[in-house]
Amino acid sequence: MDWVNVAIQGILLGGLYALFAVGLALVFGVMRMVNLAHGDLGILAAFIALFIVNTFHIGVVWSGLLTIVVMFVVGYFLQRGLLNFTLGTDDTRPIVVTFGLSIIIQNGLIMWFSADSQGLDAGAIENASIRISSKLSIGWYPLLVFVLSILVVAALQLFLNRTKLGRAFRATSDDREAAELMGINNRHIYGLAMAIALGIVALAGVLLAIRTTFDPTQGSFRLIYAFEAVIMGGMGSIWGTLIGGIVLGVSQTLGSQAFGSGWGLLVGHLVFLTVLAVKPSGFFAKTVTA
Amino acid sequence: MSVLELQDVDVFYGDFQALFKVSFTVEEGQTFACIGANGGGKSTLLRTIAGLQRPASGKVLFHGEPVDGIAAHNLVTKGIALVPEGRRVFPSLSVKENLQIGAYGGRKGDWNIESVLELFPLLRPLMTRQASSLSGGEQQALAIGRALMSNPLLLLLDEVSLGLAPVVIKRIYEAMVHLVDTGTTIVVVEQDVQHVLTVADYVACFLEGRISLEGKPADLSSEAITAAYFGM
Repeated sequence: MDWVNVAIQGILLGGLYALFAVGLALVFGVMRMVNLAHGDLGILAAFIALFIVNTFHIGVVWSGLLTIVVMFVVGYFLQRGLLNFTLGTDDTRPIVVTFGLSIIIQNGLIMWFSADSQGLDAGAIENASIRISSKLSIGWYPLLVFVLSILVVAALQLFLNRTKLGRAFRATSDDREAAELMGINNRHIYGLAMAIALGIVALAGVLLAIRTTFDPTQGSFRLIYAFEAVIMGGMGSIWGTLIGGIVLGVSQTLGSQAFGSGWGLLVGHLVFLTVLAVKPSGFFAKTVTA
Repeated sequence: MSVLELQDVDVFYGDFQALFKVSFTVEEGQTFACIGANGGGKSTLLRTIAGLQRPASGKVLFHGEPVDGIAAHNLVTKGIALVPEGRRVFPSLSVKENLQIGAYGGRKGDWNIESVLELFPLLRPLMTRQASSLSGGEQQALAIGRALMSNPLLLLLDEVSLGLAPVVIKRIYEAMVHLVDTGTTIVVVEQDVQHVLTVADYVACFLEGRISLEGKPADLSSEAITAAYFGM
């Protein structure tokens, strides 16, 4: 029964990983840009939420919602004011620029908030759990995070498939110049894609901050997990990213259970490398050629 | 007033000059054909008119208004639509979604999905298919239909017959005749001279970035066209 319990914790944890990763997948899908600051931007959001709670003394939920709005706006202007200028013929430019951004965010956070671990307090829900049997219980909070992840992934997929703007996202992803000829301003589309990506990673950052403690250097780890989830799921597939996150989460928790804590992360990476070796395009690779 | 007027347009790709002081006018309802061998600058010309390429000097006037320097996505809403070389349909989108994207700019007019399907009935049974699964001819019909969805006043067609079977080319040109009847002004680029001369009101032959011959098709002998085409 312990193993079932551990596997369930892994699945629930995977939802959070996926939430960190979908923004990365969206940005890569729409503009073929790798954002190395993605994880740090999630942690930045956690600190913004903490700052709002401490300064205005409002609840975590309201602070989180406000943070999502802030990061959405930040994303749009970050893309239009800086990152759009890195896109073009040279693929390394956005990588170098977002790497720099990552360093700036990490050190900025250390300057303003110190390197100490912080936590966001959400009250009783953090420890409440549903008892299924004497050996199996599911925490309300991890379950809530998991459900939120599925809702976000579903909403994003519906947006991309069913709305006029979502269609424009996909058209721009297929062929930027042809989309331009249809009247689609790709700079605006890119701005919106980054805004949505940072809105989602802000939610992920806040949820992480409630679940566990966080410090300014954690963004890099978050980025690696997010990459692993995206690549295992198949680049550009939103549902695939959710599955990739779950696979990573389950590998980590089962690894810890089998070999002792500390080994979990290694097992997660090994499973990722195995998937990469066996199926390099990921579970749900969406590659379409004209 | 002419629909389109080019005045001494120079276009460069980096150091390479693709067009040299190109000037011509296209009147309303006219079909203006640009012919010529590869590398003559025909596609560059269409890309410049559509706003994908900026002229280094010279002017592009659309209904008398200068449009050089305006971004392509804003020119669509003014009524200029380009069917790019190689068709460039959105491969992961369905046929229906490709047509819907064509109307993204929101220009009002007579074209809608139903009227496009009347022009190209072959698309009707394919509406839910992914555009990548279509044949070359079907993709070309879709690319033209997609451009028409923006209700253009000026339609730019780049190499619409390239790589297509003769029977498909015939059908595309029949559709073009229909477009001319609806009053659409067309600039068409072709390497296939024979077909294009049947629909063109005026022909300009491009050679190495310059117009080497121009006139009404009836006034041009095939010897003169051959000479201008190959630069002999």
